[in-house]
Amino acid sequence: MTSKLFDYAPAPESRAIVDIRASYGLFIGGEFVDPIDGEPFKTINPASEEVLAEVSDAGQADVDRAVAAARTAFTQTWSRMPGRERAKYLFRIARIIQERARELAILESLDNGKPIKESRDVDLPLVAAHFFYYAGWADKLKYSGYGETPIGVAAQVIPWNFPLLMLSWKIAPALACGNTVVLKPAETTPLTALAFAEICQQAELPPGVVNIVTGAGNTGRMLVEHHYVDKIAFTGSTEVGKAIARSVAGTKKRLTLELGGKAANIVFDDAPIDQAIEGIVSGIFFNQGHVCCAGSRLLVQESVADDVLERLRRRMSTLRLGDPLDKNTDIGAINSAAQLQKIRELSQIGEDEGAQRWSAECALPDRGYWFPPTVFTGVTQAHRIAREEIFGPVLSVLTFRTPDEAIEKANNTPYGLSAGVWTDKGSRILSMANRLRAGVVWANTFNKFDPTSPFGGYKESGFGREGGRHGLEGYLR
Amino acid sequence: MTLTTSPARSSAIPSNVAGSDASLRGFLHGLPGVDQVGAEARAASLATRSIKTEAKRWAIDTAISMIDLTTLEGQDTAGKVKSLCAKAIRPDPTDASCPRVAAICVYPDLVATAKAHLGDSGVKVASVATNFPSGRAAMPVKLADVRTAVADGADEIDMVIDRGAFLSGHYLQVYDEIVQVKAACGDAHLKVILETGELATYDNVRRASWLAMLAGGDFIKTSTGKVSPAATLPVTLVMLEAVRDFRETTGRQVGVKPAGGIRTTKDAVRNLVLVNETVGDDWLSPDWFRIGASSLLNDLLLQRHKMATGHYDGPDYVTID
Repeated sequence: MTSKLFDYAPAPESRAIVDIRASYGLFIGGEFVDPIDGEPFKTINPASEEVLAEVSDAGQADVDRAVAAARTAFTQTWSRMPGRERAKYLFRIARIIQERARELAILESLDNGKPIKESRDVDLPLVAAHFFYYAGWADKLKYSGYGETPIGVAAQVIPWNFPLLMLSWKIAPALACGNTVVLKPAETTPLTALAFAEICQQAELPPGVVNIVTGAGNTGRMLVEHHYVDKIAFTGSTEVGKAIARSVAGTKKRLTLELGGKAANIVFDDAPIDQAIEGIVSGIFFNQGHVCCAGSRLLVQESVADDVLERLRRRMSTLRLGDPLDKNTDIGAINSAAQLQKIRELSQIGEDEGAQRWSAECALPDRGYWFPPTVFTGVTQAHRIAREEIFGPVLSVLTFRTPDEAIEKANNTPYGLSAGVWTDKGSRILSMANRLRAGVVWANTFNKFDPTSPFGGYKESGFGREGGRHGLEGYLR
Repeated sequence: MTLTTSPARSSAIPSNVAGSDASLRGFLHGLPGVDQVGAEARAASLATRSIKTEAKRWAIDTAISMIDLTTLEGQDTAGKVKSLCAKAIRPDPTDASCPRVAAICVYPDLVATAKAHLGDSGVKVASVATNFPSGRAAMPVKLADVRTAVADGADEIDMVIDRGAFLSGHYLQVYDEIVQVKAACGDAHLKVILETGELATYDNVRRASWLAMLAGGDFIKTSTGKVSPAATLPVTLVMLEAVRDFRETTGRQVGVKPAGGIRTTKDAVRNLVLVNETVGDDWLSPDWFRIGASSLLNDLLLQRHKMATGHYDGPDYVTID
């Protein structure tokens, strides 16, 4: 249904408001410092492959410095500061984020490739909300049920799919509880974390409370294995999560992991069908499917499968893929060449295994990393595309006949991060939610987030919760 | 799993669907539900589309050509209708490239006046009927209302359904009334006003839409304009989904007319975006999508000037009719 009559003219968001430096140091002890060792690396715009900035690759000496700065700040200022004083800083940070929201949204879209409508309407409002929410907890910890004593220095490693949002999920509760942090943003998306470092300066946060070290996996490994960190919070792949768990075993470090997922989005025959289609689309195509809780397995009741798929294909034909900064773009760029390669490989495997591949006709830009929204039908539980996390805009469709079969298939995965249930029947929603082994179950919606709501996984999707009162537990002793 | 329309799909229509209240109820209540939160979120997300430059220019002209320019007041006179007709034919006296509106919408007693002034301009005359806006009258009175308007030259009849009958579950009564009005219309097109502000839920909006289409309505229209809320975006979205599904099922295309509360260019453009992304090109013409409005036209004209000249003229540069 590509329209010939009503053709939306380009509506690009201006990037003039964003000031990207040519190169960035590391943010340690409240200042940007040059790295002691390590070659700088480039971060690019995945939609154009244009180089955005040079970023430092922190080595062991840099990580040592950052952890030492965090330790000093922890013992000398932050852990001794009354909660109501810490709250003031967090509120200040939240307000600055709101004031600079447009700039940060554009920066996020440039560095990550996600559509501006998502960074503007989803990421940034949630980032500010997280800081506001945990600012409110800072002077009320004694009512949390988890004690009031901070743990110490938190090493936090975050992924590239929601760079600033994941930063806020990590930093806001840690600081509210009186911990100090050393955070490593993902290699491909460091820019909003570095902008956040500037915000810490702007808010006059005491030096060393937040330290940002950039780098690749090696930097992350040095950070989490560092002898003087007390707490590790990691969001990312299950593979790396397992390696971290192994390295932490036998130490006194506390650990929370938020890892992969292969969520079942379950559509019953009495579902509100048009909204279910929207939910399927936002479940898997939101943020190009780079979402650990993405609804990547559609379980649809056989009696309505044809109808649902027909509607889904029609809806997918209206998705607008292209320039992430265009306000009308629905699907942006894949974050990196490596991720694109992985999505292509798994999609090819899906075809080879005999599933039917379909994507809407859609022109892909010449430069940058792109993958069209794709749906596989005729998928069975035995297919790799039904079991492995693709982390891209690729939906696997399976069918079921009865609620029991839906549960069985939904739970038959090593993961357990999220699930969705679509039905008009309230009692069925409750019974399904009770039986689904997933940290989040959405009913008649999908991929909705709120700072007051705990988020986290079962099984290989990790442990510990972020958000809500539960999110304090990992940062208190 | 192939892409076919299976006969078992929920929207397949049984042959005796209008045989009784029970069969109508069975069918209408078997339609998929509408999740209020989801429908409103979808409408809100489409409202963020950014329509600029060429696209905006096209949207403004298309919106003008879809307007049912309306006056439905107790104080309406032949003079008022006459000036509205002039505006309908030539909305912008200074610019011949400005399209004319789709129709004039008046009370039945002013149809003859409107017809006389519109002549062969191509602007249609629509008349509300069936004891608009409440619909509370005996059936013979409603039918006489329709016949008078048609006899006086109305090209289109905007009837109201009996919301009381609908809400009390007397679907067959509502269906029969529409069938009878349709028969009384003769060649005139029938728009069925659901008065969605009184139906209250989106499930009801979807059911009433299907009921009106099953009974033979050529258009389904949101509101009389006398009840608030009138044409909200989610309501129009649900009705667009209904006409889309109805055509899938029966092959017959039905038009949609949001009316009431659409006052600004932004509102109109948002409606066109809804049409574009829900039902597409086939509905993007005055034959299949209308906007019932009165003050909207002047805002579209002001925006049209601004697109052409780069500056905003202000209300003294459009005619007040």
